[in-house]
Amino acid sequence: MTTATALDTDKADIPVFHVTEDEHEHSGGSTMLGFWMYLMSDCLVFAVLFATFGVLGRNYAAGPSGADLFDLKLVAVNTTMLLLSSITYGFAMLAMDKGRQAAVQGWLAVTGLFGLAFIGIELYEFHHMILEGATPMRSAFLSSFFTLVGTHGLHVTFGLIWLTVLMVQVSQRGLIEANRRRLMCLSMFWHFLDVVWIGVFSFVYLMGVLK
Amino acid sequence: MSGSQDHSGAHAEAHGAGHDDHGASHATLRGYLTGFVLAAILTAIPFWLVMGDVLGNSTVTALVVMAFAAVQIVVHMVYFLHMNSRSEGGWTMMALIFTIVIVVIALSGSLWVMYHLNSNMMPMAPGDHPM
Repeated sequence: MTTATALDTDKADIPVFHVTEDEHEHSGGSTMLGFWMYLMSDCLVFAVLFATFGVLGRNYAAGPSGADLFDLKLVAVNTTMLLLSSITYGFAMLAMDKGRQAAVQGWLAVTGLFGLAFIGIELYEFHHMILEGATPMRSAFLSSFFTLVGTHGLHVTFGLIWLTVLMVQVSQRGLIEANRRRLMCLSMFWHFLDVVWIGVFSFVYLMGVLK
Repeated sequence: MSGSQDHSGAHAEAHGAGHDDHGASHATLRGYLTGFVLAAILTAIPFWLVMGDVLGNSTVTALVVMAFAAVQIVVHMVYFLHMNSRSEGGWTMMALIFTIVIVVIALSGSLWVMYHLNSNMMPMAPGDHPM
């Protein structure tokens, strides 16, 4: 009885099982953390694919090797496209901070074009390899190569779809709080894909060409 | 490139406003440009080393390429993803450290185990496949 009375009289002692203070200094704070968690789990997906490539990457089954197949000039151009799209997305985020909708849309469009160029060059490379008989079925090296690089390419493709949707959203509703949050999530996603690509061009292409 | 005009304007404002850290992304033009220049250099050097066969030793070149990749990943994390130990009360950093631990275990463990599995296999001559 004594404890019950104490709880009734002294409100401060009542245990509270939820956060009472309003955490809306910038809305979507927990969204950003949650999206970061998603990116980290995506990172694990890529880590497994990198490990698979690391194990199988030299099993050519008497087929073509990376040194035979990879055109490093093309990969260098591709890397440049993705790096440029990263910086232009950064410019879009700076324009967003200043509330300039037209500039945001412009930079997002430039980012999308660089992303399209990246996907286009990658598809051209895949097409070229498959025409030469270097299909995913040819060897364990090519299976793991197409899985790893293709998964990254799929991510970029979905990033482009997301980018287009956000451009429509921004054009219809402007730079409202929700759109800012979405643009920040895509920003993290886009820069994360560039980070993964560092691993791809270093580990797969550059080291694949070395004997 | 309709945004280039606004871009130069943003440049002037970024310097005029000084340290306006209240933007939700905590990003500055200077930060993005620094990151971009560093990333470009850190990308160009490994490509040059491999394409020009500068070092002449593939093992050394591979190690150098890996080292450049590791540094570039840190550059991207800091300048593009704005990683620091304070964002979200340190939880993004905790999640990142946890992920790096798992990634290192998965990668090094797979490579280590499979390397030994390969070297412990019976030696086989080329064309000696039991079909």
